[in-house]
Amino acid sequence: MISRIAYIGRFGIQRCIRIGRSGLFLFNTLLQPPKWKQAWPLLSVQLYRVGILSLPIILLSALFIGMVVSLQGYNVLSKFSASEELGQLVALSVVRELGPVVSALLFAGRAGSALTAEIGLMKTTEQLASMEMMGVDPLWKIISPRFWAGIISMPLLSMIFCAVAIFGGYMVGVHWLGVDNGAFWNNMQNSVDFRLDIVNGVIKSVVFGCLVTWIAVFQGFATVPTAEGIGLATTRSVVYASLAVLGFDFVLTALMMGGW
Amino acid sequence: MKTIEIFVGLFIIAAVAAMFVLAFKVSGMSPLTEHNSYQITAAFDNIGDLKPRAAVTIAGVKIGQVTGITLNDKSYRAVVTMRIDKQENNIPVDSEASIVTAGLLGANYIKLTPGFENQFLQNGDAIEDTHPAILLEEMIGQLMFSMKNDKAETEAETDNVAVQ
Repeated sequence: MISRIAYIGRFGIQRCIRIGRSGLFLFNTLLQPPKWKQAWPLLSVQLYRVGILSLPIILLSALFIGMVVSLQGYNVLSKFSASEELGQLVALSVVRELGPVVSALLFAGRAGSALTAEIGLMKTTEQLASMEMMGVDPLWKIISPRFWAGIISMPLLSMIFCAVAIFGGYMVGVHWLGVDNGAFWNNMQNSVDFRLDIVNGVIKSVVFGCLVTWIAVFQGFATVPTAEGIGLATTRSVVYASLAVLGFDFVLTALMMGGW
Repeated sequence: MKTIEIFVGLFIIAAVAAMFVLAFKVSGMSPLTEHNSYQITAAFDNIGDLKPRAAVTIAGVKIGQVTGITLNDKSYRAVVTMRIDKQENNIPVDSEASIVTAGLLGANYIKLTPGFENQFLQNGDAIEDTHPAILLEEMIGQLMFSMKNDKAETEAETDNVAVQ
């Protein structure tokens, strides 16, 4: 009995240590000196890998999500003969919720897992340790560019996602289901507010970008240096990042809801 | 290296373009500012469901939008402030403002009906002649009331006929 309680206690302490360590890790990463001249090539390569290589999956899923929201929404709205409000429904649900959240989930699966596996393998093959031996700080050379690339590219991807999803909704709603083109855009423009809806969506995606890349690089950096450890770290990275995104989405929505 | 930088540049340009699409096409961010518009007010007995950013129209054409709604606590009327596009600077001072609904369930907006004066509304002027929002419930109430009256009258008439 007592050993069970001790087990729970040990588990809690280990969690706390890990959270504290990841906080220190984030703090040290953020404190890295900028050194723009040398950092830019590192950052641009990571922007390419993290951001641009995630574009195809983001574009494709955005198109399908916009189309399916439009289709579902039309079905329900036409029951109340309010199918003209389709533009409003598609735009608000995409800009407020689906855009930031779904692109963050895809980003965690596409870019986050790759970051974790890459850094985990670097640690397992002792590349990070040898870098430190040579007097190059791996936090500066490896972690920091990846972290910043994640934070920068997440809101950009989310904005592209929103625009493409609304285009998909427009294609299905106007060209297939026959909602009036003018009513579609006019109702959308009357109900969507730039600051309350679009800027809040961008704020959400910045927060999600921080969370996902932070979790991904920390899981990679703290990998147990075995083949099994890399697999475990990659799984954890995706699972934790998805849960964190959904949890924080609820909190952020609750904070932002006042203006709606 | 060079190609990667080109791709990153294109990526950022695409994202900025998406932002512009969201700002202007989706949220319809209005370019009405201090410089290209002027402000007028109108006091209504009841504004119904009117919200800030609702449209102000003449003959169905949008010429401005509602920027603020406040309550005048002396007269207990709602004071609606609206910004009108500077190009529409020939609205007569005796114009009427009424709050109407787009369709049966649509949003409320303000309809201006031009008057006949040769003086035009300036920045800060107020429209005197206003019609409050038509509330569906009130209309139904009036309809039922008048139907009841009609019934009573026709009954009285038939009574008269019977007497004659």
